[in-house]
Amino acid sequence: MSGIVLNCGYVPLVDCAPLVIAKELGFAAEQGLALNLVRQPSWSALRDMLALGHLDAAQMLSPMPVAMSIGMGGLPARVDALMVLSVNGTVFGVSNALAAELGAVRFGDTAGLLAALSARGGKPLRVGIPFHYSMHRLLLSYWTSQAPDLEIEEVSVPPMRMADAVSDGFIDAFWVGEPWGGVAVQNNVAQLMMAGRDVWQFAPEKVLAARHDWIAANEDSVRRLMRAVYQASAWLDASRNKPLAVEILGRSEHLSMSQDLIDPALTGHIVPKHGSSPIVVDRFLQFHSHAASFPWRSQAAWIAHHLGADAEGIEKAKACFRSDLYRRNLSDIGADMPGASEKEEGAFAAPTAVASSRGQIILSPDAFFDGRTFDFSAAGR
Amino acid sequence: MNENLRILVVEPNPDRVRDIVDALREAGWSDVKALAQISELDRTVREFAPDIVLIDLANPDRDTLEHISYATETTKRAVALFVDQTDEALTQAALNAGVSAYVVDGLKMDRIKPVLQTAIARFKMMRQIHSELSAAKQALEDRKTIDRAKGILMRKRSMSEDEAYKLLRKTAMSQNRKVIDVAQALVTAADLLS
Repeated sequence: MSGIVLNCGYVPLVDCAPLVIAKELGFAAEQGLALNLVRQPSWSALRDMLALGHLDAAQMLSPMPVAMSIGMGGLPARVDALMVLSVNGTVFGVSNALAAELGAVRFGDTAGLLAALSARGGKPLRVGIPFHYSMHRLLLSYWTSQAPDLEIEEVSVPPMRMADAVSDGFIDAFWVGEPWGGVAVQNNVAQLMMAGRDVWQFAPEKVLAARHDWIAANEDSVRRLMRAVYQASAWLDASRNKPLAVEILGRSEHLSMSQDLIDPALTGHIVPKHGSSPIVVDRFLQFHSHAASFPWRSQAAWIAHHLGADAEGIEKAKACFRSDLYRRNLSDIGADMPGASEKEEGAFAAPTAVASSRGQIILSPDAFFDGRTFDFSAAGR
Repeated sequence: MNENLRILVVEPNPDRVRDIVDALREAGWSDVKALAQISELDRTVREFAPDIVLIDLANPDRDTLEHISYATETTKRAVALFVDQTDEALTQAALNAGVSAYVVDGLKMDRIKPVLQTAIARFKMMRQIHSELSAAKQALEDRKTIDRAKGILMRKRSMSEDEAYKLLRKTAMSQNRKVIDVAQALVTAADLLS
């Protein structure tokens, strides 16, 4: 393998797929890159390695670069999101014991589940999340803020240990990315109650991140990397490619998990309960369609707002989602660009056409479960 | 000057724990506690209230540790010490040795430094011993495989041991592979055919 060597960090979850596909199917090589994927044991380790320059780029939880930009998260390094790697893809599940207590709640019934959990009373609900600065935690607190009586205790648990943490009784519930919710069901220790998209239909989950200074000094490498990942994401999202994608990811040394664990997330066929048949969750995990990889500045603003940032912090957050680079580096390879870089988050209850560089682009529904909308533009404040 | 520093070591490997704790005690810190499991981490950090936590860079429990410190009172904020970029040399040393340290309470850098230096030295040594040990193990395994491959050739092709080894080496060279890989392929094939 020859070309520009880039060290790119990742955590072995199904949604690191665009990076694995970019490498394994040669999208990176086509761009003249020798993409070196470096597995990381934890999000903290990945963040430190990126900040200290041992990694050139990395898959990150979308709130991580935002938190770092506004001076949260133990490390003041300036890290930007080049593009969104994946939208949605998480699940909320409860232990079998808690599921029995809650009684029948339909999968995805956000309000019904919240009511059942609130009615339970007693000790605080211990909920496992993968990391403090994660969309999982933000969605959990956004959702439960509608139930003031429900006391939540958040516990960070590495995703691969989530199923064990439930079976040990260490946590009552979890919010985790696939395949780890599926593993808990397979082990018959938990039931899945809803998907992340039931709370926010279009939540940026992972981003491709790099240091701000490194981006400025390596424009050419950044361009090649973004193009390779963009093409991998487009390939991944085409339904005709799904079976092959599952097979490639299943064989890849980078994920080291079996195909039956990868398949549900990619196809949206989620098994909520041990032994039950899968239900189809629409738009469970998206990589490309509906401009999924476009880093909306308003998404960064929403994250910053829910991390408790002030107006100044929100502006800083917006600047770290690099829609400018997305436009500059991907326009000439067929990426259709939305006319604006900010939208009113939560405003679309259904697929909606908006102005784009080539006429019109259909954006995905992005509504919140409670119907609230967020306008962070100058006009909206 | 070493008194009153409470140190928590998070490490699942008991040998490594013993070694690190011993090193810290020798250097004068007696208030050291070790912890193997994540499920106790939450409670231990609250009850033992360490000033500094040492944890392997590769340990997935790091995320849990950071979370605990965010969740506790704002005055007690953890800092991933080796990313305190005010001391580049120490940071790099910690990173290379694979140790991360968290300051749970506001501690002065000069008080943490000797603790970390002791830990770094010990982590480095442990790592070296570990990699030497696994290299030795691998070499032993490889020799067994090559011996088996030689044995197969000696039986099937009526060769001497020396001839068998030369054939393995020649094949490896002509195919641009390692001798061990050729031997492994031969052993696997022989197992399948037997």
